[in-house]
Amino acid sequence: MSKQINVALIGNPNTGKTSVFNALTGLNQKVGNYPGITVEKKEGVCKLPRGVKAHIIDLPGTYSLNASSLDENVVIELLLNKNDKDFPDLAVVVSDVENLKRNLLLFTQIKDLEIPTILVINMADRMAYKGISLDLEYLEEHLKTKIALISTRKNQGIERLKSLISNYKDLSISHNIDLTEIDKDYFENLKNAFPNQLIYKLWLVITQDVNFGKTDRNEIDAVANFKTKSKSDLKRLQQKETIKRYQFINEVLKKGQTIDAAQAKDLRMKIDRIITHQVWGYVIFFIILLTIFQAIYDWSSIPMDFIDSTFASLSEWTKNQLPQGTFTSLLAEGIIPGLGGIVIFIPQIAFLFLFISVLEESGYMSRVVFLMDRIMRRFGLSGKSIVPLISGTACAIPAIMATRNIENWKERLITILVTPFITCSARLPVYLIIISLVIPEGRFIGLGYQALTLMLLYLIGFVAAVSSAYILNRVLKIKSKTFFVVEMPNYKLPLLKNVAITVLEKTKSFVFGAGKIILAISIVLWFLASFGPGVDFKNAKEITTKEYASQNLSQEEFQQKVATHKLEHSFIGITGRAIEPAIRPLGYDWKIGIAIVSSFAAREVFVGTLATIYSVGSDEEETIKNRMAGEVNPILGGPLFNFASGISLLLFYAFAMQCMSTLAIVKRETNSWKWPILQLTIMTLFAYIVALIAFQLLK
Amino acid sequence: MEDTLANIKRGERCIITDVSSIHIPLKLLEMGCLPGNYVELVQVAPFHDPMYLNINGTHLAIRKETAMHILIKK
Repeated sequence: MSKQINVALIGNPNTGKTSVFNALTGLNQKVGNYPGITVEKKEGVCKLPRGVKAHIIDLPGTYSLNASSLDENVVIELLLNKNDKDFPDLAVVVSDVENLKRNLLLFTQIKDLEIPTILVINMADRMAYKGISLDLEYLEEHLKTKIALISTRKNQGIERLKSLISNYKDLSISHNIDLTEIDKDYFENLKNAFPNQLIYKLWLVITQDVNFGKTDRNEIDAVANFKTKSKSDLKRLQQKETIKRYQFINEVLKKGQTIDAAQAKDLRMKIDRIITHQVWGYVIFFIILLTIFQAIYDWSSIPMDFIDSTFASLSEWTKNQLPQGTFTSLLAEGIIPGLGGIVIFIPQIAFLFLFISVLEESGYMSRVVFLMDRIMRRFGLSGKSIVPLISGTACAIPAIMATRNIENWKERLITILVTPFITCSARLPVYLIIISLVIPEGRFIGLGYQALTLMLLYLIGFVAAVSSAYILNRVLKIKSKTFFVVEMPNYKLPLLKNVAITVLEKTKSFVFGAGKIILAISIVLWFLASFGPGVDFKNAKEITTKEYASQNLSQEEFQQKVATHKLEHSFIGITGRAIEPAIRPLGYDWKIGIAIVSSFAAREVFVGTLATIYSVGSDEEETIKNRMAGEVNPILGGPLFNFASGISLLLFYAFAMQCMSTLAIVKRETNSWKWPILQLTIMTLFAYIVALIAFQLLK
Repeated sequence: MEDTLANIKRGERCIITDVSSIHIPLKLLEMGCLPGNYVELVQVAPFHDPMYLNINGTHLAIRKETAMHILIKK
């Protein structure tokens, strides 16, 4: 059996590295995390000629081996640790033909680690358009590598890349740059002190603040202490090194690359004069946002209604087909409605990720960062906070992970703290069902009232986020250096394959990740609602018979009363009643109370919980929505879900911190329990007060 | 005439003469912001901040406070 080849895919952001990864592996990929940290780890398998397989790791995009973020640390930790099981047999550096000069900087660094390296020059289809021609033979000779000129868009050159990978043993491992030319004394001393080590590796260990594997810890410590130079001297040396590398690259490209400026067209500049314009830029951004919300609301309502009614009939069908008993009851009243509560999110989550990935892939997101930076800074945020805030509309978890690009710690911390205010997809089902119950259907200048309410809720979330950022910026006393460098990549038509894979991956991870929690909670709830302590629960039939003896109830009405009585005296009913006094001023009954308590694990549990609770109390086939509409407020009379209690619930969900996974991520990213606890307390308290005021004013 | 990059006008093309390595992140240098390279202002956000530049063919945005530590020659 032949050995599997370990391949590390490395490259600058925006070079189409992910497209290359998708082209090589297709759907043979899996996304996980690096142990102990939340950096996404993408791996895949590529089939090569002669039955050989390559195990490919798509490393996070980086401009250089001088790491300035956790994501970038992953790259250098892997490349410096020969004992890692993923240590690459070869590196594939992906570059973009239009930015070859800059992309080669990273290439020369990897070469200097003496790892066999293939250079991929991507986006070859753009060469004619940009007037670029390349002398590949010359480049291969002087960069001491093999080159694959490919176009993932046109699907060209992938086969050559595969054959280069399978013949990786022929690759040269000699370095590009001789560090001793930069500072002879310093680097020769270093070399003499550690004669068995690669000089560039030593230099990285000295300059980088990363955690290298435990294995050669002692030696690493020794190297790290070999400074003999002050911090600012080291930095000057790094600058010299960068200049040296560019000299080498310029020298090679002078002969290896010709650019006919007369033929080059720069569409980006022309587009950006409008897209990033001081007025039009903002108008365009607003129109895009408006379109997205209207689309999500209108498009996904059709599959959602379908899913809702399908699960209702499925539950009914199960009840009729299987013999009566505890198992059937668990299936029909616990598991099926619970599953329905997960599946119903799929359309919206898919749409949301679709829009976000199109905005990212096309390059538009960077323009938004540029447009918003000055405004966001007034609130103590950075233009880069806009990416987490927009991704937060899908889910706060990836959004909080996306704050890693923010170089300034204070700006980053504030972004992490306020992101959970942004309306995430888990709030959507709660909003949708309540809006459809309490907001009338009319239209206002072409936009539905319901869609407008939803838009308003998104706006409230955003306003809450930026105003709390403003306060935090005043309160937090943290000093940190500000760096703000954002690349404005070329506009690209998003590749269907990339977008599809992103949507599929994210939706899948939501369904299985959140789904597990929702399902487990549904089953627990079913149990708590189906059993109860004491005689009140056991003798429900007798008690009900006695109570309603004077009234002439039909068989059906009688069954209904028994079920309600049972539910009230079940474990869940008792708990619900215990907390009812606290939530009654907000306009909720104990059933909503249970839903709120259980949704502290995750907001989306709310709808599933109500579905389970109402399923237990009813025999008929009905959708969740109809059941909720029929609930009566026990104290005030009238429908339980009316305008006042509906608005109160909407506001409670807009502000409350109800997501354990987010709290866990915040803990991990800030490395302290202080911040998530603060978040939980303040957000929930604020939500309670606002919901209370809203209900008392509107009732 | 020497000036800082913060004062460049839109459409103007200048040459970088010096960068203060203490105030400028290494990342910016690595993206091509080095003495000798050209720089052009593509667009500015309101209040002239941040600035959208074309440095040596790389399009990027930086804040005005960073641009003040980069010297240019017109």
